[in-house]
Amino acid sequence: MKLHHGLYIYGAAMMVFLVGPILAIVPISFSGSGFLSYPISDLTLRWYARALQPVPWLTALKNSLIVASGTTVLATVLGTLAALGLTQSASRARSALLAFIVSPMIVPSVVSGVGMFFLFARMGLNASYAGLILAHTVLGTPFVVVTVAATLQNFDRNLLRAASSLGASPVVAFFTVTLPIISSGVIAGALFAFVISLDEIIVALFIGGPAHRTLPRQMFDGIRDNIDPSILAMSTLLILATVALVLALAFISRVQSRLRSTVQE
Amino acid sequence: MEHAAVIEMTSIRKAQHAAVIRSFLLVFPLVGYLIVFFVAPLCLVLLYSFYSPEVSRAFPLTSQQIDRWQGPDIPDSDTYLALAADLLNPESEFLVGEAARRLNYEISGFRTVISRTKRNLAAADISNPAALKEEVIRADPHWGEVRYWAAFKRATSTVTPYYFLAALDLEVNGTGGISPVPEDRRIFVSTFLRSIWIAATVTLICLVLGYPLAYALISLRPEFSALLMFSVLLPFWTSLLVRTTAWIVVLSQEGIINSLLTGAAIVDAPLNLVFNRTGVFITMVHVLLPFMVLPILSVMRGVSSTYMKASSSLGAHPVRGFLSVYLPLTMPGIGAGCMMTFIIAVGYYVTPLLVGGGGDNMISYFIAFYTNETINWGMAAAIGLILLATVLVLYASLGKLIGVSKIVGLN
Repeated sequence: MKLHHGLYIYGAAMMVFLVGPILAIVPISFSGSGFLSYPISDLTLRWYARALQPVPWLTALKNSLIVASGTTVLATVLGTLAALGLTQSASRARSALLAFIVSPMIVPSVVSGVGMFFLFARMGLNASYAGLILAHTVLGTPFVVVTVAATLQNFDRNLLRAASSLGASPVVAFFTVTLPIISSGVIAGALFAFVISLDEIIVALFIGGPAHRTLPRQMFDGIRDNIDPSILAMSTLLILATVALVLALAFISRVQSRLRSTVQE
Repeated sequence: MEHAAVIEMTSIRKAQHAAVIRSFLLVFPLVGYLIVFFVAPLCLVLLYSFYSPEVSRAFPLTSQQIDRWQGPDIPDSDTYLALAADLLNPESEFLVGEAARRLNYEISGFRTVISRTKRNLAAADISNPAALKEEVIRADPHWGEVRYWAAFKRATSTVTPYYFLAALDLEVNGTGGISPVPEDRRIFVSTFLRSIWIAATVTLICLVLGYPLAYALISLRPEFSALLMFSVLLPFWTSLLVRTTAWIVVLSQEGIINSLLTGAAIVDAPLNLVFNRTGVFITMVHVLLPFMVLPILSVMRGVSSTYMKASSSLGAHPVRGFLSVYLPLTMPGIGAGCMMTFIIAVGYYVTPLLVGGGGDNMISYFIAFYTNETINWGMAAAIGLILLATVLVLYASLGKLIGVSKIVGLN
């Protein structure tokens, strides 16, 4: 019993450590004083007005959304196909392939970033949307593969045999049987790729140009320079988006487990 | 009958064959993509770390002449003739600039020697080839020194160990041997060691905090542990830069922690918690804790509580039961979590740069510095390759030990 009390106290302390600092900046973003400290004097929306100016923040947000959308499409298609192939391949080949496919998660971004900078310098892709999308896809796809492959582990392949015996071609069976069942995994993987691209800073520092400044790049420069309350306003908006995302993912995984139990029944 | 069995066997084999081809076709687009946009870049890093064609490209004639030169005296007059011809070749203006930068790595100040020689030769009277040797040495007396010619000869080789040696604080000395660089230029080995030290400390702190946290997540009331899980996942998904900003604000001199500490009269003056090593540790632990907790959690979920019950029914004290039953069973999670945390931490760039002090740079800093600021790609590549090798060795040993599927959470 005593251990349990201790664990509750510890858990509560860890909650404060993990979430406290993130929530602590939210009130400061409404502070009229312009100082980054408590107590908050008078409330204002000034910093939000500034964070929603076209330059620099909204332009950076637009660039980030363009890159993240491109990355999501490319990573989701490549990653889902690969996950399907992996689950069908022989187990020996599978573990070697998986080790290769997830290696971008392991290699430090600074090293991949330098390499991509060298390659893109030869291909003329530095400082372009295309370069950023191609690079972010490398970093995001492993997460799609892992997420979709996890969903596929619970996929009953007899359903495909049933589909084929009813005359469905593999492509038709994929779109009408497989995809609806694994859709929650695909969506979660796509969200993963989107968030990774949206938050990616290191490769963007190497290969991004001044005209394609992404949101993390803008924040990076802001923090290095001198933290302005409008960074906190932008951070608060991002935190809100993150809360929505975490809740959405929790919802997806609940739908997924409900679906799994129905299928098993 | 037998015939039918054979046909069946072939059709099974055919079907299996088709399945193999299909799975290959599905995986191939991603594998091809990664080869082009991930493996090829890493190969370029490898190439640039030892390939250096600048000098032989800018000085083709001199390179040919110097190839035959063995020392110990300065080269013959033909070499000087070639040098003057290469230097004054109007088409190699840009190449000479690049080569001068490369030569400057061999001997500091070589760049000035090249530009001065070029300038003075252009103004001098070089109509008499017989007197050219003297003319070149007059343009810059360093051409009369064997040391400079030896460095020049070394640099004409298109393959150089220079960058790797420099990344390990070593250099080729005057006699052709390898020796440590002067003390004041030894920065890389200590930075490597610092990176490893910071990553190991962060990993240890994450383990000490994360193991009980994972245990709390599986053993406490569902409502509480759902909230706790949300607390682990929220920072995991929150933008790295938002978290960094948050810690800078919270830990600063006027920040909330210092306000609380001074307000409660625990300390007299605000503590320096950020822009130093403390700030790096706090922020990195916060960022990396989920990478420790999630693998441990997934292993703990698979350990049935009956094991602990069995050990206590056999009379083991809970501590003994934990040490001899629970801990060994959760070891794969600890291994995966520690390796993952260490691998990510050792290559960290943004956090130490933003919340660390001046002396807290990790090795990634130099990779970015040489790529973006001094444009010394060879140096960036060699340091990057050493970092990559460190990480890959760990990854390979981890994969052998635990299996990649386990590391990424697939069964």
